[in-house]
Amino acid sequence: MDLILEGILKAFHLLITFDPEVMGITLLSLQVSGTATFISLLIGISIGTIVALAEFPGRRFVVSLINTGMGLPPVVVGLFVTIFLWRNGPLGFLGILYTPAAMILAQAVIATPIVMGITLAAIQALPKNLRLQILALGATRLQMVWILIKEAKLPLLAGVMAGFGGVISEVGASIMVGGNIKGYSRVLTTATVMETSRGNFDIAIALGIILLLLAYFINLILTQIQQRERPR
Amino acid sequence: MNGSPPILAVKDLRVIKAGSLVLDIPALMVEEGEILSLIGPNGAGKTTLLQTVARLIKPSAGDLFFKGQKASSNHSDLEYRRRVAMVFQEPLLFDTTVFENVASGLKIRGMQRPEIRKIVAENLEQFGISHLLHRSARKISGGEAQRVALAFATRPEVLLLDEPFSSLDPPTRESLLADLESILRQTKTTTLMATHDRMEALRLSDRIAVMNQGRILQVGPPAEVMNQPLDEFVASFVGVETILPGRVIRKNGGSFVASIMGHEVEAVGEVELGESVVFCIRPENVTLAVHPSKESSSARNVFPGKIVKIIPLGLYHKVQLHCGFPLVAYVTGHSLENLALAEGQEVVASFKATSIHVVKKKGGRR
Repeated sequence: MDLILEGILKAFHLLITFDPEVMGITLLSLQVSGTATFISLLIGISIGTIVALAEFPGRRFVVSLINTGMGLPPVVVGLFVTIFLWRNGPLGFLGILYTPAAMILAQAVIATPIVMGITLAAIQALPKNLRLQILALGATRLQMVWILIKEAKLPLLAGVMAGFGGVISEVGASIMVGGNIKGYSRVLTTATVMETSRGNFDIAIALGIILLLLAYFINLILTQIQQRERPR
Repeated sequence: MNGSPPILAVKDLRVIKAGSLVLDIPALMVEEGEILSLIGPNGAGKTTLLQTVARLIKPSAGDLFFKGQKASSNHSDLEYRRRVAMVFQEPLLFDTTVFENVASGLKIRGMQRPEIRKIVAENLEQFGISHLLHRSARKISGGEAQRVALAFATRPEVLLLDEPFSSLDPPTRESLLADLESILRQTKTTTLMATHDRMEALRLSDRIAVMNQGRILQVGPPAEVMNQPLDEFVASFVGVETILPGRVIRKNGGSFVASIMGHEVEAVGEVELGESVVFCIRPENVTLAVHPSKESSSARNVFPGKIVKIIPLGLYHKVQLHCGFPLVAYVTGHSLENLALAEGQEVVASFKATSIHVVKKKGGRR
């Protein structure tokens, strides 16, 4: 019990003194996961919407791929991103292995199928005739797609939360492609793993609490928006 | 007719869905300002026809003409869709305020905010829902939602309505029907409306088209379609309860006698001896009596029979009889009491020879 209590006290101390190292780690976590989520939204929403609306052969297969992708194991993503970014790998010329950019890439790969799958489900759940109604109002195809996405905004917010929640708490891929380099590519999860393995439980607990608080506040904001817009 | 081309014309239109022909319209014209109703059972192709006219479905063959001009090239599609409007069976509103909903069609057209505000206010006023302006479209009743959906359809040149009242309860439907009727008449909006309710069609339309299995069986003014159905299907659909096939056995002057299941029934019309005919008898034209009347009546057809079933239909009752052949009559609740009619009772049914609409059987045509 002492261990936990000590950890909590330490966390408070680190937080209120704005410990530069912890602040740096926290900011980097937010930056990496935020950017990765943003990229996954761009790709996930656009492709998810296209797959939801389009008719093409093999559509079912594509949908099953996307749904499988929603549960991609981060270590597998880490493995393949590492291979791709390896010195003589296909993307080796970028020279971004063990950088935050590589972590953003890996996290975007993890979050994109989650956002895509939720987008797909959200757009498909809209009434079938809604598309026709929008076209009948004189909309161009682009206007129609935009209106449909706006109509699905509540379930899409769930997609944002799921995507962000998935990557901010992810450790396997980040440690593999980022390398957990102090002051450069160390984020909350990788730091927690390291401190725990060193036996520095107090710092590990502090980092864990910060991670939880972060996840909580971001989801709180999104939940506020979602519940305000809730149809009653 | 008056030289100007009809606002809407359809030629050799065919729609094939999943390998089967769901719509086959050789020709249909809608005049400017006219209200044309499409009636028919589910699956008759009413919705498909409307959606094809709205250019939401691409026809497999055939052309659509708007004011005499072919509206088929992809290029003019958008412009065309902005001149027609369609209202669907279930009110499809966006998850936002009523104002934003009604404004959406105008915004799509790139209209400016002040102008949008003015038009939305006018449209809501027209449908008596100004008070809903800032309400969420998810928090209004079904009737209000359908009014919003109608206000959506902003002053189109052609208005397409796909069973707009079918999901509403009777009082709500009645008030909306009344409002829509006066608005359409006032604005002289050309309207094509699908419905399976013939009373709705009768009330609103200048012309009625009866559809079945993707084809238009008959088009004409309501009275014509009601009283002179072209075939058995149209007859049954427009409310002729009794449809009796028979054969002409005797001709005398303007009238003739046909054998209907062994009974002689007299009707009026130009027929040939031995020809197959179908008699359509509207239930309101059949009179019932408990005893054979002593004084002579102008009804040429008098048949004793038995009441099989009495079905109350609100303001009147539907009485199913068997007189050697099935016959249906409508009686008021008052008559039902006066005559003390009951199931199983013997009665005398009579109807005039002139009240029978004679359809010449297609197979029997030479």
